[in-house]
Amino acid sequence: MNYFENINNDDEELKPKDENTLDYSPQKGFTSESLKKKFRLSEFLAEKLITLIAFLSITIIILIFVFVFRESLPIFYKTKKAKTEKIISTNSKTENVNSNGQETYGVETKKETPTNSNGQEQYGAVTDNNKIKEEERKETPEDRASFRNLTGRIWQPVSDDPKYGLLPLFLGTFKITIIAMLFAAPVAILAALFTSNFASKRMKEIIKPAVELLAGFPSVVVGFFALMVLASFFQNVFGYETRLNAFVGGIAMALAAIPIIYTITEDALTAIPKTYTEASLALGASSWQTAFFVTLPAATPGIFAAILLGTGRVFGETMIVLMATGNAAMISLNPFDSVRTLSATIGAEMAEVVFGDTHYNVLFLIGSLLFIFTFTLNAIAEFYVKGKLVKRIQGKS
Amino acid sequence: MKKRNIITAIALGVVFTIATAFMVKQKITVKGSDTLVILAQRWAEVYMKSNPNVEIQVTGGGSGTGIAALINGSTDIANASRQMKQSEIDKLKERYNSMGVEIACAKDGITIFINNSNPVTELSIKQLSGIYTGKIKNWKEIGGPDAAIKLYGRENSSGTYVYFKDNVVKADYAASCQTLPGTAAVVNAVKKDKYGIGYGGAAYAEGVKDCKVKKDDKSTAYLPTAENIKSNVYPISRYLYMYLKNRPTGEIKKYIDWILGPEGQKLVVEVGYFPVK
Repeated sequence: MNYFENINNDDEELKPKDENTLDYSPQKGFTSESLKKKFRLSEFLAEKLITLIAFLSITIIILIFVFVFRESLPIFYKTKKAKTEKIISTNSKTENVNSNGQETYGVETKKETPTNSNGQEQYGAVTDNNKIKEEERKETPEDRASFRNLTGRIWQPVSDDPKYGLLPLFLGTFKITIIAMLFAAPVAILAALFTSNFASKRMKEIIKPAVELLAGFPSVVVGFFALMVLASFFQNVFGYETRLNAFVGGIAMALAAIPIIYTITEDALTAIPKTYTEASLALGASSWQTAFFVTLPAATPGIFAAILLGTGRVFGETMIVLMATGNAAMISLNPFDSVRTLSATIGAEMAEVVFGDTHYNVLFLIGSLLFIFTFTLNAIAEFYVKGKLVKRIQGKS
Repeated sequence: MKKRNIITAIALGVVFTIATAFMVKQKITVKGSDTLVILAQRWAEVYMKSNPNVEIQVTGGGSGTGIAALINGSTDIANASRQMKQSEIDKLKERYNSMGVEIACAKDGITIFINNSNPVTELSIKQLSGIYTGKIKNWKEIGGPDAAIKLYGRENSSGTYVYFKDNVVKADYAASCQTLPGTAAVVNAVKKDKYGIGYGGAAYAEGVKDCKVKKDDKSTAYLPTAENIKSNVYPISRYLYMYLKNRPTGEIKKYIDWILGPEGQKLVVEVGYFPVK
């Protein structure tokens, strides 16, 4: 007895006070007390931090949208401000004033002070005797983007009578997207089908990374390539008039969209259970028949998601279209005409616009519209399609 | 312990030297037009060599960006390839109760580019206006081959676009005018398009033909050479501006006077623009 007790005692002493082991006493067995998770601060903090980060990313997305949209709000309730009077300089004997009433600075030998057409003062004013006389600046008319103005057919934001018609921009964006998708989707899907069903292991190991490398191409490089090489090449082949047009831009955009579509489609195809193909082959279908009539239909939701994500990418792409499409805001359905897309409009005009005026607000409105559109596309791709795919594979649909 | 003391001493020393360096150096920030950015950087480089006590930071981003920064107070000098708009002046006045100061620091001639194979050599302002509003659609109408004219231009945010619209086109551009980012892109497009026509800063023309421009049908046509632009016989040239909040003082005044002086204006010619004096 003593001996046993000793052993027991030894055991208790030897037993490390490790918190990771469950408290087990041979007398009691597992109790609900002992099975309860021990509270540990480090674990608790890590858990909370991860949730916080997850929520933070959601908040940031919402905040970005709110701020972008807020900048575009003045469109809807802007009223004309009273015209501020120009300062009439009191000591005009020595001051140079341009037509804006601003000072100018510099060496001048005239008795009269040089002024520019804004009445601003000038410094270093130039004393040209035959300087082109600048006309008195026209007071800009009521510059307000009304709903009617926004749905117009002309995009002419810098003008004596600004026109903010978004129709040609929307048309251009859709034209480019459709051309890019018609080219990118078949190529990418067939390539994915080949690598998932027919390619040898070695081949697959070469092709997949190569296509994904294409995704890492900076869009500026693709745009430059389209501008210099593709545009001339296609013009020589087809012989159309306009060198930079929607077709060239669409093909260049397809290069950007192919890797995304390819990767996701490939994943969807490899996720199809082996039993499908085995059953098909056992029933005597050839491998091509199996690929086209069994695997491909089974992966439809995944492929649909891939195409949606590719569309989102094309929709928001800026640099390629800015360089390769010519950016003329025309309303035409001819794919060989120049187009101007929504994203290219923001990219081209944001830098030089007068901050806070209507043009600036309209650009932010375009930004919010793009955001909403891509967000919706991604949401559909994510929730609706994924749900369907899971159901399909489990055989419930 | 000893080691730690030494490290602290070194760190303190470094911080101290940096602090003193900042205290001695006068900082001038310049921001704005992309047309002017190369020239502004050259000015800053050369000026800092001879005046080591001044540090000049130059950034581009566009005329609108520069003027907005001037209004926000985040830059000392704003570069612009267009004049300030009334709305911008109003904002400046609201904030600082000053109208701002305008400095014309260089001149730029707007060149009309056409393809080398094009037989047309001269155009009048009126013809250019017709071409860019879309009234004249074919080269045949202005003494060229029987082919449609392809219009190329700058983005509607650029100072060049606004200047060309106000002084040459005098109306809205045709919708079919293709707008490209940067004058270099316009030149490149015209180089590759047999029936193209474009406009942009004179500093960029390479591999295309400069078209002579005349005021009206009766006057002589001139090429945009340095001589013609300086003597103002070339009809479409514009000024490039710097804007300040108030009259320049101290180091900024010195810098601006240097720019307007012979040394600064010599650099203007080197970069490819034209001097104001």
